[in-house]
Amino acid sequence: MSESAIIAEGLEKRFGDVEALAGVDFQVRAGSVFGLLGPNGAGKTTAVRILTTILEPDAGRATVLGHDVVAEAERVRLRIGLAGQSATVDPNLTGRENLRLVGRLVRLDRPTIATRAAELLERFDLADAADRPVKTYSGGMRRRLDVAASLVGRPPVLFLDEPTTGLDLRSREALWDTIRALVAEGTTVLLTTQYLEEADRLADRVAVVDNGRVIAEGTPPELKAQLGNTVIEFGMGDESDASRAETVLARLGGISPEREGTTIRVPSGDGPRALMGVLRELDMEQLFPATLAVREPSLDDVFLRLTGHHAEAAVEEEAEPAPVGGVRR
Amino acid sequence: MSAIAIPAERQGLGRLSGAVSDTLAMTWRGLLTYIRVPQLLVFSTVQPVLFVLLFRYVFGGVVGNDLSVPYVDFLLPGVFVQMTVFGAMATAVGLATDLKSGLLERFRSLPMARSAVLAGRTSADLFRNVFVIVLVMLVGFAVGFRVHTNVFAVLAGIGIVLLFAYSMSWTFAGVGLAVGDPETAQAAAFPIVFPLIFASSLFIPVASMPTWLQGFAEHQPVSVTASAVRALMIGGETATYVVQSLAWIVAIIAVAAPLAVRKYRRTI
Repeated sequence: MSESAIIAEGLEKRFGDVEALAGVDFQVRAGSVFGLLGPNGAGKTTAVRILTTILEPDAGRATVLGHDVVAEAERVRLRIGLAGQSATVDPNLTGRENLRLVGRLVRLDRPTIATRAAELLERFDLADAADRPVKTYSGGMRRRLDVAASLVGRPPVLFLDEPTTGLDLRSREALWDTIRALVAEGTTVLLTTQYLEEADRLADRVAVVDNGRVIAEGTPPELKAQLGNTVIEFGMGDESDASRAETVLARLGGISPEREGTTIRVPSGDGPRALMGVLRELDMEQLFPATLAVREPSLDDVFLRLTGHHAEAAVEEEAEPAPVGGVRR
Repeated sequence: MSAIAIPAERQGLGRLSGAVSDTLAMTWRGLLTYIRVPQLLVFSTVQPVLFVLLFRYVFGGVVGNDLSVPYVDFLLPGVFVQMTVFGAMATAVGLATDLKSGLLERFRSLPMARSAVLAGRTSADLFRNVFVIVLVMLVGFAVGFRVHTNVFAVLAGIGIVLLFAYSMSWTFAGVGLAVGDPETAQAAAFPIVFPLIFASSLFIPVASMPTWLQGFAEHQPVSVTASAVRALMIGGETATYVVQSLAWIVAIIAVAAPLAVRKYRRTI
């Protein structure tokens, strides 16, 4: 069955002068992983906050498992779990106490809370630290506890807002495995991420978000296919050579080179043939690349094509902690 | 599609019992915090104890001459009230911390009663206040405080202190949510707290103040409550002050609690 677990239609949200969401539509099939991909400030978190009933949209509507997030917020809350962007656990309580608190608040009975907490602590590799205050945890441990807390009520729909930000590679892989296991059990997952690789590896479908709009949507292979199957990337010794090379290749026809500094990318549907054409042309102009690579397009290429800027670079600039308590996109 | 059903065990409680259960859970969390961060309790106990000792021995000699009772008997009810106001500042700081850390965000995504975050925190404050009152009372007895009335009047006095404390908790809960940052919460609370504490009858009789200040100092809620508690513990005109104090308490809660809840609903 391929019904939609989450439907967002024309969501708009504005904070003062800032338009956080400018009409966002997407649907998430039940039992799948949907990725909202975009740099900080793109509007991902605002979308998650609306879908998890924390914020009300200015316009548009959204449903989770058929329940309207505004009119039936209570019913939605019964069916969702949220792991927010900041690790939303109480630093003064132990890991186990945090899970117990959430267990009580989602109205589980005490024996269930105890077993569920123990299971989750085990599953997230926190059993040894279970009875230590969370303020003694590392960032990765907090993050894992945060995700564990969102699972206490066994919600059929799970929202993970940048779940692996700040995690080391091993923890990230482990969390990905957990998410896959949850999906295999029938959970629907909506995750936001700045990591292209994460969306690529984990999501069944991805919506690329920039400036409050969905600028592309599809499966990761579909998004990549928009660019052709291959990217030829080469670096020139200096910018003037690179600029000349770009001009030369643009005349070639059939390909559209993109220059960034001394690097030139040529997306292509027919890698080998395009590569030969490119090299022949450069050779004729006495332009010799310093580096050369032929690779599969990454989602970063998609992002660059769609927005004119890198997803990751934008992240670097804006990675400062978001202002808190007020407006955060 | 079975995955879409909510787990059956989550549908248990009715609306009211749910709210009570959530409030208890949040109170439990608040009390655990006092156990885990003993500094919180130490600060809220050391300060009133210091006030008792300092005022008793430093100012007592001067102020005491104009009183019909020993200064320490006059002082202690004042310290009870003062300490609840300072204690309530911790409510502002605590809520601002929760807001800043994103914890409130998680609570808002849970199917819990909307009132429970604030009700739980103010209830945990109530427990803390009971503890501090008992402690200050013991210190008071050690430095010469004597009750002039009877045990029921004293209990009634403590009841008024706790009610007043509850109204202050709600007030500062709103402050904490409004500023959203622990340090700012502290800074924002001081200008409210200091005039209430010092332009009052908490530590000295209002009669010694300039006339222009007396009007405020005589009738503001902190003074009225201190006078009520004082009357209950050391005697004198009781009914007027108690009624006035209760009126203040009801008025403050009636204004502050809805404002705080409204602020909570609208804050991320």
